Amino acid sequence: MKEVRECCCHHPETKEELYEALNQVLDKYERKESNLIQILHMTQAIFGYLPEDVLKYIAEEMDLPLSKIFGVVTFYSLFSTQPKGRHTIQVCMGTACYVKGADKVLNEILDKLGIKLGETTKDGRFSVQVMRCIGACGLAPAISIDGDILKHVTVNMVDDILKRYE
Amino acid sequence: MSQTIAIKSYEDLLNVKERYINRHKQYEYTILVCSGASCISSNCLNVKNALEAELEKAGMRDKVLLKQTGCVGFCDVGPIVIVEPDGVFYCKLKPEDMEMLVQRHLVGKEIVEELCFLDNKSGERVPYVRDIDFFKEQLKIVFAKCGVIDYSDIDEYIATDGYKAIYKALTEMTPDEVIEEVGKAGLRGRGGGGFPTAFKWRAARQAQGDQKYVICNADEGDPGAFMDRSLLEGDPHAVIEGIMIAGYAVGADKCIVYVRAEYPLAVERLTAAIEKAREYGLLGENIFNTAFNYDIEIRIGAGAFVCGEETALINSVEGKRGEPRQKPPYPAEAGLFGKPTVINNVETFGNIAPIILKGSEWFAKVGTEKSNGTKVFALAGDISNTGIVEVPIGTPLRKVVENIGGGVPNKKAFKAAQIGGPSGGCIPSELFEIPLDYNNLTEIGAMMGSGGLIVLDENTCMVDIAKFFLEFTVDESCGKCTPCRVGTRRLYELLEKITEGKGTMEDIDKLEELCYHIKENSLCGLGQSAPNPVLSTLKFFRDEYVAHVDKKQCPAGICKSLLSYVILEDKCTGCTLCSRVCPVGCISGSVKQPHKINQDVCIKCGACFERCKFSAIVRK
Amino acid sequence: MGNVNIKINGTPVSVPEGTTILEAARKLGIEIPTLCFLKEINEIGACRICVVEVKGARNLVASCVQKVTEGMEVFTHTPKVQKSRKLTLELILSTHDKQCLSCVRSGSCELQMLCQEFGVDDEQYYEGHNPQYYNDDSTVHLVRDNNKCILCRRCVAACQAQNVNVIGTNSRGFNTHIGCAFERDLGDVACVSCGQCIVNCPTGALTEKDDTEKVWEALADPTKHVIVHTAPSIRVTLGESFGMKIGTNVKGKMINALRRIGFEKVFDTDVTADLTIVEEAHELLDRINNGGKLPLITSCSPGWIKFCEHFYPELIPHLSTCKSPQQMFGAIAKTWYAQQEGIDPKDIFVVSIMPCTAKKFEAKRSGQAASGYPDIDVALTTRELVRMINRASIRFKDLPDDGEFDNPIGLSTGAGAIFGATGGVMEAALRTAAEWLEGKPIENVEYTEVRGIKGIKEAIYKIAGMEVKVAVASGLKNATILMDKIKKGEAGYHFIEIMACPGGCVNGGGQPVQHAVVRNFVDLVARRAKALYEEDRHLPLRKSHDNPAIKALYDEFLGSPGSHKAHEILHTHYVARQIY
Ligand SMILES: Cc1cc2nc3c(=O)[nH]c(=O)nc-3n(C[C@H](O)[C@H](O)[C@H](O)COP(=O)(O)O)c2cc1C
Ligand code: SF4
Ligand code: SF4
Ligand code: SF4
Ligand code: SF4
Ligand code: SF4
Ligand code: SF4
Ligand code: SF4
Ligand code: SF4
Ligand code: FES
Ligand code: FES
Ligand code: FES
Repeated sequence: MKEVRECCCHHPETKEELYEALNQVLDKYERKESNLIQILHMTQAIFGYLPEDVLKYIAEEMDLPLSKIFGVVTFYSLFSTQPKGRHTIQVCMGTACYVKGADKVLNEILDKLGIKLGETTKDGRFSVQVMRCIGACGLAPAISIDGDILKHVTVNMVDDILKRYE
Repeated sequence: MSQTIAIKSYEDLLNVKERYINRHKQYEYTILVCSGASCISSNCLNVKNALEAELEKAGMRDKVLLKQTGCVGFCDVGPIVIVEPDGVFYCKLKPEDMEMLVQRHLVGKEIVEELCFLDNKSGERVPYVRDIDFFKEQLKIVFAKCGVIDYSDIDEYIATDGYKAIYKALTEMTPDEVIEEVGKAGLRGRGGGGFPTAFKWRAARQAQGDQKYVICNADEGDPGAFMDRSLLEGDPHAVIEGIMIAGYAVGADKCIVYVRAEYPLAVERLTAAIEKAREYGLLGENIFNTAFNYDIEIRIGAGAFVCGEETALINSVEGKRGEPRQKPPYPAEAGLFGKPTVINNVETFGNIAPIILKGSEWFAKVGTEKSNGTKVFALAGDISNTGIVEVPIGTPLRKVVENIGGGVPNKKAFKAAQIGGPSGGCIPSELFEIPLDYNNLTEIGAMMGSGGLIVLDENTCMVDIAKFFLEFTVDESCGKCTPCRVGTRRLYELLEKITEGKGTMEDIDKLEELCYHIKENSLCGLGQSAPNPVLSTLKFFRDEYVAHVDKKQCPAGICKSLLSYVILEDKCTGCTLCSRVCPVGCISGSVKQPHKINQDVCIKCGACFERCKFSAIVRK
Repeated sequence: MGNVNIKINGTPVSVPEGTTILEAARKLGIEIPTLCFLKEINEIGACRICVVEVKGARNLVASCVQKVTEGMEVFTHTPKVQKSRKLTLELILSTHDKQCLSCVRSGSCELQMLCQEFGVDDEQYYEGHNPQYYNDDSTVHLVRDNNKCILCRRCVAACQAQNVNVIGTNSRGFNTHIGCAFERDLGDVACVSCGQCIVNCPTGALTEKDDTEKVWEALADPTKHVIVHTAPSIRVTLGESFGMKIGTNVKGKMINALRRIGFEKVFDTDVTADLTIVEEAHELLDRINNGGKLPLITSCSPGWIKFCEHFYPELIPHLSTCKSPQQMFGAIAKTWYAQQEGIDPKDIFVVSIMPCTAKKFEAKRSGQAASGYPDIDVALTTRELVRMINRASIRFKDLPDDGEFDNPIGLSTGAGAIFGATGGVMEAALRTAAEWLEGKPIENVEYTEVRGIKGIKEAIYKIAGMEVKVAVASGLKNATILMDKIKKGEAGYHFIEIMACPGGCVNGGGQPVQHAVVRNFVDLVARRAKALYEEDRHLPLRKSHDNPAIKALYDEFLGSPGSHKAHEILHTHYVARQIY
């Protein structure tokens, strides 16, 4: 559907590289508590999720209690302490999409993948989440896979869509 | 593209304008390619690339200016291209259409009928923007430039009188005069509450504090609304200018724009616009050679609807759980980091520059007696033309739905409009003529909200809709205070019970009692308004609730537990299609014999109903 | 700031600007109920029990956080208010494990009391999903039962006020619950076992781990010689649980009650507090004279010790190596006392009655077994003692006041008595150190600068020509301030007393719970402490080293303070711990 985006940044691989990237983020945001949410966003982007050890490291670096950080992490639905699948399917369940049958699409996706909401498939291919409006209401029902928005999705399209992602 | 200059005076603004005009003289045509997020999802970029290639082929590259704009508003029919100066609107385009468009329209000077907008009602193609109902009835103040100018070109924004308002405010008006002007314009906050903007500004101006902040609320949490996003993507400088004027008025030197994480494109474009403004000296120190210093920072949310609530938003910006705080103290007295803070919605800011530039009198002429100006709505749901529309406040609902929105599709009847999202209510068809303004809506138990307008057709179960919204609030409640944390869940469970046909008449009373309890006892606006969808459906559609409870029926045929699919013996031809699609295999019957559904096993998925070609299966 | 005139239920009242409705109402004798409000530490307006009607307001108003404004008209118990409170309680009950019959907080539970007051007549009114949480009993000192939690967050605030911050609010919405990071057990994190969360909890969601059964078993075991000793502060708090005024000294009744329960001997921890002072004063002088690590920091508060081990392991060398009075008691009981009585230490069962949940942890530490058997067998809190008294069907209030502690560990000094209040250890130590340094008896033994409930107290005393600089902190947040100073080298103190609990042991995590209204509006700590200073004033001996029991102990058994034997029996060591 969408042209493949060439990633220009060197994606860090080793543990040292990952932490190096994290340190840069911490430096950039000056380890300030008021930047915690932004730091967590970036950290999740680096590690794919928010592992316990990483949050401990952040807690120490920022001189914040881990319990506080964990409270923040579990408050916001976009943060995850569990590894996610290679592809994240976000089904919009906003009003516009709901009245256009988003619930049926969601159920179809879950059925086809054989998982429950919030879970990841055994082969680590997909995670499924529900979003409340991804701002594509005019294209309802909409789903987003790895950030690409698919519009006017119907139950019948689900199979084809899933096949496109390995 | 344009050389950098530091803009320090009015002349500098004029120079940019002149430079822009000169640079564009050469073009015979301007083609606007809508590049709002929706159109991008519809692959408008491929269309644009194809168009570019075709222009190249036709040797017209230097005669045609190709412009990427923000959302034109008519997202449903994207990708969209508008050819100026002819004002011709092409939609639902594919890359392969571009050859035709270039050859026939630009080279051959004829309108390409088959690519024009097809009006569902009349069945005719309508080539000109000015003739399309969707655009005809709108009045654009906030979105005047969105979909018209190139969002990434600060020069074009300046060439269309941009940054003149902040210049005027800084050089000709005192902060109090700015507030006065906004007050006289009668501008009310567009973020939901409809609170008079000048009031807030005055309070923050008068509050003591060495440091003050402006916050732009771009959390746009109402699921089904996308006007703030469209504005940020399509005309970011308009928002920046409004934010600057607010800063000047209250004495702040810093603004934070809080954008929901689901809007990466808005973040990208706003970031670029802020950088450009800084480059031009429009942000930074001594703006227009005055003592006014100002800068803007973007913060990204992390998925919590409640963070749209202003005090929760402040907590979130401070790096905490996005739980609301007790008010008072209001943010204007003690907001971000305890400092006086003005929080306004994106669209509210979008109104500021026009008010300052054209004056409060001009602005106050639009709208109703009590609510001035326009309101932007995000039209969605069971409606032909989904998209963004801007109309004078007080425009009747019917006009928005039928004239602009093209009415309910598939020959179905309009049942209700849901307005205001999870905090709002429903407007039933009896009130189809209601003028959309703050007071009218509050009176009937709905609210303007941020402007999500979802049209519901006759096949909607209103109890189910109420349940849908409650599920949303249960999910999004922050969990701090008891009435909302536990109460909304119990409300949801009562609704669930009713939609499952297990409800009693006492449950309806209990539902109502609990609604009022939550409204009156909750800590923040989320809880205080969470019962609105229930109360307003109870008010206008009580009979539907009663039908679920008393007759164990869902009149709209939505609530699964109350449905059954039955095969009409006389109509069934025994084609066996249904039995083959039934996922639980509960349809029996031999070929060419009437089939039968085993009701005990049927999971009411409706697959058979949709499959039968002979209308032999009915839903009861 | 000026005054604001308002009307509450029609009665005019004038209060200073900035007063909350709740406080203004108290002025008129109206006690608006609260659940989540804890003055200064938890003003979050979350439970909505304290709502009142305010004329002109769209909604009900939370009186605990809403400040008064000129001309405001408040109504505190209209039918609407009453109904709202009742419905809120019913909502709470719908997610609550309603097991009052077996709940240790029954009778002292704020939720239970409010349900009675507001006529909750249907516990099942809002039936619905009630998430079930497991009981966290991973620590030795407390049990968390989230199924009884009402999410007032008072515990979180208390833990935060202690600067420990191991518990917090996790998840959101209906799934919100109190817990540790990554849902770890409390035993897995740096909880210092101070129990402040327990005494601030309005319900049975947080309780001390009950060890009374072990004591009943020991009492019933004929082979065991079961003895008990009571910490200084117990005598001034125990009475509260039997309806007596805060700050009543019930020493005599308490001793009688313990005898009636069946303890063979009833001893006084005050005596080993004196012993602690003598050893610690010796350690202080030794460090001053021989260039040891200064400042010396007291070690009698196990909550503080654990805190230091987790959060300031680099400062462990500053800690006094003296065991706490509880442990010294056990050590002496199973050595000297065992010898004297001719009982095999393995048959002696030592029970402590402590103001403290951290004492349960301390009793289980390594390096606390002078005789080869654990110094202390069971450490009970004041609350557990109350339970035992009730179980033994003793009518506490009617007991005679004439109980006396047994010898030889029963005669104490005033110095031992004031151990229970913040500054008490410092004052006691100064009494001894000063006399030793001066080499002559000292008349004025009252060091009032280190008394009182201020979080941090500093003083400089001129003793024998030397300036002794001391500091006292209670509450771990205050401890942090002092520790950070030491780390930065800004302190220059010789001696520091630290008590984990704000106000010292009189406000310990094992003390009788008092409803929030008492904690918010009565100076609980000062009232309890006053009774201790009263006791000190009336005792004939007020210096630890004057205690004949202590003298005998050194003469007959230990030799001199700081002797090798004293070290073996009365001193201990610490371990550096991690935060995570
Ligand atoms: C639960 C809740 C969600 C809200 N979400 C938004 C939002 O997404 N965007 C917004 O501008 N205002 C939102 N508001 C309103 C804000 O609290 C605030 O009133 C508004 O940003 C003020 O701006 P205005 O005066 O310009 O409308 C929300 C309020 C509540 C109670
Ligand atoms: S009303 Fe709901 S969202 Fe608002 S504070 Fe209470 S629990 Fe949180
Ligand atoms: S699909 Fe329709 S016609 Fe065919 S067997 Fe089923 S009910 Fe009968
Ligand atoms: S509704 Fe679904 S389950 Fe029921 S009979 Fe039809 S296909 Fe089968
Ligand atoms: S916490 Fe209170 S209300 Fe709950 S069971 Fe215990 S005593 Fe009863
Ligand atoms: S209080 Fe009532 S419910 Fe409880 S034990 Fe007594 S009679 Fe039974
Ligand atoms: S015992 Fe003390 S440290 Fe542990 S959780 Fe409770 S308050 Fe925090
Ligand atoms: S455990 Fe107790 S203090 Fe903590 S939130 Fe629950 S009820 Fe409140
Ligand atoms: S101050 Fe007293 S009650 Fe508190 S932890 Fe220390 S010894 Fe225990
Ligand atoms: S409701 Fe689905 S995109 Fe807005
Ligand atoms: S995004 Fe193109 S019309 Fe809305
Ligand atoms: S809201 Fe006032 S006591 Fe809880």
